[in-house]
Amino acid sequence: MKHLLSAGDLSLDEANSILDLADQMQQVQHREVKKLPVLRGRTIVNVFFEDSTRTRTSFEIAGKWLSADTINVSAKGSSVSKGESLRDTMLTLDSMGVDAFVIRHSSSGAAHQVANWVKASVVNAGDGQHEHPTQALLDAMAIRQHFRKLGRDSWAGLRVGIVGDLLHSRVVRSNVLLLRTLGCEVVLVAPPTLLPTGVETWGVEVTSDLDQVIENLDIAMMLRVQRERMSGGFFPTEREYADGFGLTLERLHRLKPQAAICHPGPMNRGMEISSDAADAANSLVLNQVAAGVAVRMSVLYHVLGGSTEGIPL
Amino acid sequence: MKETVSARVIADSAEISRMVVRMAHQILEANAGAEDLVLLGIPTRGVPLAQRLASELGRIEGSPVRQGSLDVTMYRDDLRRNPTRPAGRSQVPGSVEAAVVVLVDDVLFSGRTVVAALDALRDLGRPRSVQLAVLVDRGHRELPIAADYTGKVVQTAADEHVWVKVKEIDTEDEVAISREAQR
Amino acid sequence: MTDILITGAKTVEGITGDLLIRDGIFIDPAAVTSKVQRIDADGLIALPGLVDLHTHLRQPGREDAETIASGTAAAARGGFTCVHAMANTTPVTDTAEAAEWIAEVGRNQGLAQVVPVGAVTKGLDGAELAELGMMARSKANVRVFSDDGKCVADSMLMRRALSYVSSFGGVVAQHSQDPRLAGESACCHESDFSGRLGLPGWPSQAESVIVARDVQLAELTNSRLHVCHVSTAESVDVIRWAKARGIQVSAEVTPHHLLLDTSLVSGYDTVYKVNPPLRTDEHLAAVREALVDGTIDIVATDHAPHAPQDKDHPFDVALSGMLGLEQALAVIIEVMIKTGRLDWAGVAQRMSYAPARIGQVAGQGRPIAVGEPANLVLIDPSARAVVHKDSSASRSRNNPYHGQELPNPVVTTIWAGRVTYSL
Repeated sequence: MKHLLSAGDLSLDEANSILDLADQMQQVQHREVKKLPVLRGRTIVNVFFEDSTRTRTSFEIAGKWLSADTINVSAKGSSVSKGESLRDTMLTLDSMGVDAFVIRHSSSGAAHQVANWVKASVVNAGDGQHEHPTQALLDAMAIRQHFRKLGRDSWAGLRVGIVGDLLHSRVVRSNVLLLRTLGCEVVLVAPPTLLPTGVETWGVEVTSDLDQVIENLDIAMMLRVQRERMSGGFFPTEREYADGFGLTLERLHRLKPQAAICHPGPMNRGMEISSDAADAANSLVLNQVAAGVAVRMSVLYHVLGGSTEGIPL
Repeated sequence: MKETVSARVIADSAEISRMVVRMAHQILEANAGAEDLVLLGIPTRGVPLAQRLASELGRIEGSPVRQGSLDVTMYRDDLRRNPTRPAGRSQVPGSVEAAVVVLVDDVLFSGRTVVAALDALRDLGRPRSVQLAVLVDRGHRELPIAADYTGKVVQTAADEHVWVKVKEIDTEDEVAISREAQR
Repeated sequence: MTDILITGAKTVEGITGDLLIRDGIFIDPAAVTSKVQRIDADGLIALPGLVDLHTHLRQPGREDAETIASGTAAAARGGFTCVHAMANTTPVTDTAEAAEWIAEVGRNQGLAQVVPVGAVTKGLDGAELAELGMMARSKANVRVFSDDGKCVADSMLMRRALSYVSSFGGVVAQHSQDPRLAGESACCHESDFSGRLGLPGWPSQAESVIVARDVQLAELTNSRLHVCHVSTAESVDVIRWAKARGIQVSAEVTPHHLLLDTSLVSGYDTVYKVNPPLRTDEHLAAVREALVDGTIDIVATDHAPHAPQDKDHPFDVALSGMLGLEQALAVIIEVMIKTGRLDWAGVAQRMSYAPARIGQVAGQGRPIAVGEPANLVLIDPSARAVVHKDSSASRSRNNPYHGQELPNPVVTTIWAGRVTYSL
């Protein structure tokens, strides 16, 4: 695997391989020596054109625990404001002998473009409103662990509801692609104003009525809704949003008893998710964060762990 | 699976069983009992061999012996020479701290796998001692490694392949030498 | 200037015969002398010199991307003898002096006639009218006014502009884009495709609602509207309705909106970022049909050169636009001639006569006949070649046809009796 740009690029075998290794990697998290020598001598540069402390830290720890040299470049506004093009910025870094770039950008497709320009591997750490494949993988890891603990070992028949601002979400595209590859049923829930154009062609169920589907969900994945969206006319008030699409206490009670609750964070408590739901016993919110490092270790290993074409041995 | 005309069987199921029993006795003798022993098989075929050794030890001693697996993929020095390989499972029962760890593998060849295993073990803790048990020692060492317990020493040419088959994975027990790669 | 004798070419009227050019005019071939430059055009077709109503020459301001000289050289390679230089330069062409300067540089350095387009509003700000009358009365003789690149979004201002230019026979060429429905970041035709790519959508209705408004304002003011780069089926329907009603509206379509579709954007290659965006098949079919039935009057290139540093950005940030002059005729042959949708007379109409008429350019878009100005392009209708972006007279390389095999028709271009391009 040279790059990880889209969750849709992963075959079922590749996805399972990443998740399986991530489970192994999680053991390292609980060891005294949290380090594997596997990427010793490799250089990973986290280039974040958009702030994301959570994702950047997670990738940084993952790289360091694999013994790679991990460097953070906060590219937000720096050279871009000086008028340097994305291509020039990345080619400059690429010339320094980097093995992999972890890219976060506010523009959709940025990681794809960079992968076409540089020699190094590229891992997409979130591009605009497009994709965030490692988030989808860590969601899947947390969900899989939850259901394995309950003795359920197959994805088949699991019904995942993804609820919230699907229009501006990079998480939803990656999750739909990955969860479908794994064999889940997916139902998307959002007000019509927050549904992506053409969502009906994604091969998933789409509805604007959360109450109609809530009782049949095995996983309720609540996505963050930015308050700024109100001024864009996407919905009238916070109250109305929570009333229609929030995981309220009432809806929490209507979920199946073993259903998992996910949220990629950061949460707007009281809006898309009530505190009752966020802190419920079956809430995977913190498991998701914990899974993040392990999944990213696994992804970095899959991208950099083997021989690189073109490098003489 | 590719059948090769040149494959030569050097140990059958019965002989493999005898080797396991013999090694179990040697381990007990060397360590004056099975206390503090932890047997760690190196994936893939070291794992069932460690299980067999542990159950043999348990049978002789009358109490269970700790056993598990130690994946060394992440510690190999040849990772970059090959396409990304899937990592195996590590399952270490309890702590290795102050334990006597016996690493178990099917074939001892260059010694590189064992070095990787020692590195992996070091990151898990500090055993009192580490020993090595292998079913077949085929020579051609590239590193200063020697086995403490050996089922069989086999003279081989460097370009020959030694195959250990175990019924837990390969449906039969057998050690064979061939000129060509199989499996 | 030496006389030029072209032998064997067939005109779009189907006449094969010799053409003699002296002092920039076609004259009776019987007057041929021995001191003549002969061009053997056996098997070639002679089209009247092409006229582009929509060209970005980038000078003044962005001479690294294109100049009047390089842009008109590209025009000549594409068979054009006249281009309309859009007003969105730096400074903006919003005064008589600015327009005259462009026309002057065009006369001195151009390989085609350069007709300045005047801005509708000062600085393209969409707030106050530019000096439309003075530009019209200047030596540049501006007749086409456009804020192209930006929409004159204010309905009242658009009404005033249409009304104002009617007094001197001007035409307002509108870039139809509702700035609320398709804002600054909109960069991909809104469809299931944009949804998957996560690119901000540019719905086709953001174009057609403005077209619908503008044709009614043209009716209200009894003035002339020209719709730039029509890209959607909905706009075509509106224009068809307006024409049936007798409203003075003309419309153009670009070569790329006739040939290329939105799926090209899937790799986020910014070469394919253009405004309005590449659309889907149903829209391509609609604009092709409209170009045949006359709802869309002309082909205009929207030739938009950009330097790499303006394209090598994330998709939603990179500048919009693609080259068009050199491959325009090739695309029209591929899409319209080879498929039998248009004949050569139809192409001459849509790429020469009609654009010259809409732009009111005297001496361009005239038939190939004795006494007429000698603007023509000789074409080999069967030649084909793989387009390479480096094989270009333009200073820019944002060529969306790079790597595609297309017709390679232009053999010789003659502007005012002078050979401006020869294969």
